[in-house]
Amino acid sequence: MKLFRSINRYFRDAGKSVVRNFSLSLASISCITITLIVVALSIVLSYNVEHMAEHVSSNTSIVVFLDEDATENQIEQVKNNLVRIDNVGEVTPKTKEEWAKEVREKDKIISIAIDSWPAGENHLMYSYVVKVKDINEIDNTASIIEKIDNVSYINYGKEYISSVITIFDVIKKVCIGGVVALILVTAFLIANTIKLAIFSRKTEIEIMRLVGASNMAIKVPFIIEGSFIGFIGSIIPIVLTFYGYNALYNFLDGKLFSSSLGELVEPYPFILYTSLILLVIGLLVGMFGSYNAVKKYLKI
Amino acid sequence: MDLIRITDVQKTYKTGTVALYDIDLTISKGDFVFVIGASGSGKSTLIKMLYREEKPDKGSIMIGGINVAKLKNRKVYILRRKIGVVFQDFKLLPKLTVYENVAFAMEVFNYDKKKIHHRVMEVLELVGLKNKARMYPDQLSGGEQQRVVIARAIVNNPKLLICDEPTGNLDPDTSMGIMKVLDDINKMGTTIVMTTHNRDIVNAMKKRVVVLHEGKIVQDYERGKYYEVV
Ligand SMILES: Nc1ncnc2c1ncn2[C@@H]1O[C@H](COP(=O)(O)OP(=O)(O)O)[C@@H](O)[C@H]1O
Ligand SMILES: [Mg+2]
Repeated sequence: MKLFRSINRYFRDAGKSVVRNFSLSLASISCITITLIVVALSIVLSYNVEHMAEHVSSNTSIVVFLDEDATENQIEQVKNNLVRIDNVGEVTPKTKEEWAKEVREKDKIISIAIDSWPAGENHLMYSYVVKVKDINEIDNTASIIEKIDNVSYINYGKEYISSVITIFDVIKKVCIGGVVALILVTAFLIANTIKLAIFSRKTEIEIMRLVGASNMAIKVPFIIEGSFIGFIGSIIPIVLTFYGYNALYNFLDGKLFSSSLGELVEPYPFILYTSLILLVIGLLVGMFGSYNAVKKYLKI
Repeated sequence: MDLIRITDVQKTYKTGTVALYDIDLTISKGDFVFVIGASGSGKSTLIKMLYREEKPDKGSIMIGGINVAKLKNRKVYILRRKIGVVFQDFKLLPKLTVYENVAFAMEVFNYDKKKIHHRVMEVLELVGLKNKARMYPDQLSGGEQQRVVIARAIVNNPKLLICDEPTGNLDPDTSMGIMKVLDDINKMGTTIVMTTHNRDIVNAMKKRVVVLHEGKIVQDYERGKYYEVV
């Protein structure tokens, strides 16, 4: 009963205290809000870039064309050689007939040419579609495949892929670098704001000590207050993430360059996790900031 | 019975100043003791060591069975609950009312509201501020603010009340009013140690006087008077 009363009082007092020291609380709250917005943006950006990169990787394949005169045995042999390569994932055969069908659909003139072939004759090549596991290794893998017996030539959008990879890599690095720098700066700012806010309450802490509050009893209200401040500070970033990302996703129809390459992460459950992360960071920053600032006044 | 027993205490500040040395002093339960001396003689340092705001570098300070000199930082509150402290600069929280400032000291103990209300009103009456309970510190005179501090210091029934120049910022009439309150508190059984500059107060009260001079106790009078020691 007594414990319950004191827990209840801690929360009530923390609330009162945030209100009473409103201007200073507001400084800490805004600081946390700004930091969390930066964090939210960085999560959204890097997660989406990662998502696109993954999409590109998992859909990038090398098409391996075999010599026209390769026998069934040799065709099988090529496949065995392919799957033995480290970076090779799925290997799907694509027959001459499948190629003929695909080409026909794409181009009318070629379609007429193919039709002019005598029945049963097909001058297209047997091939394998090879998916790579690590897109960054695609050049190496391609050159290994080229050397396999009975492989005529291979095809993968070399320039296109490597430029996409480079762009994603740059975005990711800039993102991480910028975010780390910004977070460091704002973390420093938060620590100082909270320190300042608590410095102005030096007398309060002194009096608490003077009248016999234990160190624990002094710290706990400040930590709870810090968590309040963190909580309030995370509201705007969470709301922004929630509505902002949903709106963006709907506005862009889920795609960035109106191609499957720029596919965005679906809002659910992504924004729920992001919100949770923001809330936890807000609470922790508020609590640790307060704890750290108040600790200093409890030493003599 | 002794409430305070100080033996062979020395205090050196980080700056190298030896603020106190060779201090031996015993104070009995229920005593009223003045500590006087010129500015810089070490009065505040002595007071600060009694409530463990400063630690001596040598010697022992026993207060009601607690060895204050060896008290760990996180155990300081146990001592503080047994003593009340009053300063020259009042140290009230400006955003709390008179009532809330006094109640603040009781809330540490998680008493229920009724008990807190009853006791806070009781001590406010004792210091003559019952009708100003809802005012804020800046609406009060210096003497009234000091009465609030005294009320806060005694609200938890401490065995010992220590006061560092409690009348230092007050005019003579107001000061005598404060002394009347302190004398009443002492008569109810609380031991009081008080530093002062004010010779009229010391002469009027006729209590024990301990004289500090450059960090050392040079005289100790039962029922002393200020002129005897100057
Ligand atoms: N925190 C401190 N750091 C360094 N020196 C101090 C400190 N407090 C007091 N002193 C020095 O200790 C001596 C005694 O000071 P104090 O106890 O405040 O004397 P009083 O209260 O009698 O005026 C003085 O010389 C003063 O300068
Ligand atoms: Mg002094």
